[in-house]
Amino acid sequence: MRFSALRILKEGLTGNKGWGAHWRDPEPKAEYDAIIIGGGGHGLSTAYYLAKNHGLTNIAVLEKGYIGGGNVGRNTTIVRANYFLNGNSEFYSHSLKLWEGLEEDLNYNVMHSQRGLINLFHSDGQRDAFVRRGNAMVNQGDDAVLLDREGVRKHLPYLDFDNVRFPIYGGLLHPRGGTARHDAVAWGFARGADMRGVDIIQNCEVTGIDIENGAVTGVQTTRGAIKTKKIGMTVAGRSGQVAAMAGMRLPIESHVLQAFVTEGLKPVIDHVISFGMGHFYISQSDKGGLVFGGDLDFYASYASRGNLPMKEHVMEAGMTLMPMIGEAKVLRSWGGIMDMTPDGSPIIDKSHIDGLYVNAGWCYGGFKAVPGSGSVFSHLIATDQHHSEATGFRLDRFRTGVGLMDEEGTGSQHNLH
Amino acid sequence: MRLKCPVCGERDRREFYYVGDAVALARPDPDAGEAAWDDYVHNRDNPAGVTRDLWQHEAGCAAWIVVTRNTVSHEILETALAADVKRAMS
Repeated sequence: MRFSALRILKEGLTGNKGWGAHWRDPEPKAEYDAIIIGGGGHGLSTAYYLAKNHGLTNIAVLEKGYIGGGNVGRNTTIVRANYFLNGNSEFYSHSLKLWEGLEEDLNYNVMHSQRGLINLFHSDGQRDAFVRRGNAMVNQGDDAVLLDREGVRKHLPYLDFDNVRFPIYGGLLHPRGGTARHDAVAWGFARGADMRGVDIIQNCEVTGIDIENGAVTGVQTTRGAIKTKKIGMTVAGRSGQVAAMAGMRLPIESHVLQAFVTEGLKPVIDHVISFGMGHFYISQSDKGGLVFGGDLDFYASYASRGNLPMKEHVMEAGMTLMPMIGEAKVLRSWGGIMDMTPDGSPIIDKSHIDGLYVNAGWCYGGFKAVPGSGSVFSHLIATDQHHSEATGFRLDRFRTGVGLMDEEGTGSQHNLH
Repeated sequence: MRLKCPVCGERDRREFYYVGDAVALARPDPDAGEAAWDDYVHNRDNPAGVTRDLWQHEAGCAAWIVVTRNTVSHEILETALAADVKRAMS
């Protein structure tokens, strides 16, 4: 089934009876060439690119709940490529390029909206840092525009420019940054993978990883044993537990990150705004809700809900930046479980077990990476070689200290990111 | 979330600084080797359930506290002075 304007017109005139299921609901086979654990954004995009780029179609995505029910459905939907360090920079650039062609590629409306992202700064020192970051982004081939105070005012007239503590000096505009509809991203990749023959198996929890003589031989699941020689784990948030099934300990601690949405409002915030000094960022969804969030609660948690101190902190930061937000009523808040690594950057690597590939540690930045992660991880699984745009995400960088990617410059230590 | 400081009693979470897994109580010997140190500094059990971590009562008595709590329910099961826990280990 292909989506097109003509098809929508035809279905509209004939009672919308022709729309079928977007993917099948197959029974698990006894054996696959590769198994992806985790039917979230990263798992589904990995399966999609394995089929599309590498011709591997006898594969399955195993999801313990329903697809898109984890972090891909619990984030704040921001898509950007404004990283500074080598390793991160080229990868997120690669991912953003995939985003830009994604809707045509998938024939699926993921509502990718490049509305522009503005990072605000509030001192001369911060301006210098953002000039440097902007130059790094431009050198990477991406876009960055330095805005002075009046330049920011033109885009965001409603901010409190003369705040006593954080007066706005300017901002770094990333015009190609923006948002996408998170659920549609999961569904689009699921449909694309399914169309190419991938089995998406929901309500199928992996309960064990079979290893013989240092090599993967299959998985145990709540729907029976399945044989395979290659397993890719894409379960960020729960990586520690899945890795434990293979006897591995990862450099990851799971933390809760909260997000909030207000009642639907008329269009008021056209961009994504990042107020780093207040650990606050905000955008407006196409439904009208203001979607915003802050920093981690900063203690290990799998609760999918946070505590009051961070809620208050985020609301205070919002009021500091744009007092008008005080008129909006918060509709709901939720928490996502983040795989936090010591340096704040992800892991995409082989493990010491033959056939077990690790995609983990996405910290609080996994959503924008969804297409890029699937593209490079599928390359690793299919060829056993790192993709050229993802050579830095090595698991051993913590042990060796070589190639740490501490984007925030706070140190490679568990409680600092 | 409220934590019970063994010295000051039950206090708001805001008074405490979270350090991380209580692994710090079992620091390897300086010559324990690279693998042991990598494990100590980086790798974590990261349990979904009961865990033991280290907090400091930063805005109170400044004591280091071992907190036994549930990472799924946020229930605090037990708190003890790190000094006492360390002494009991030796």
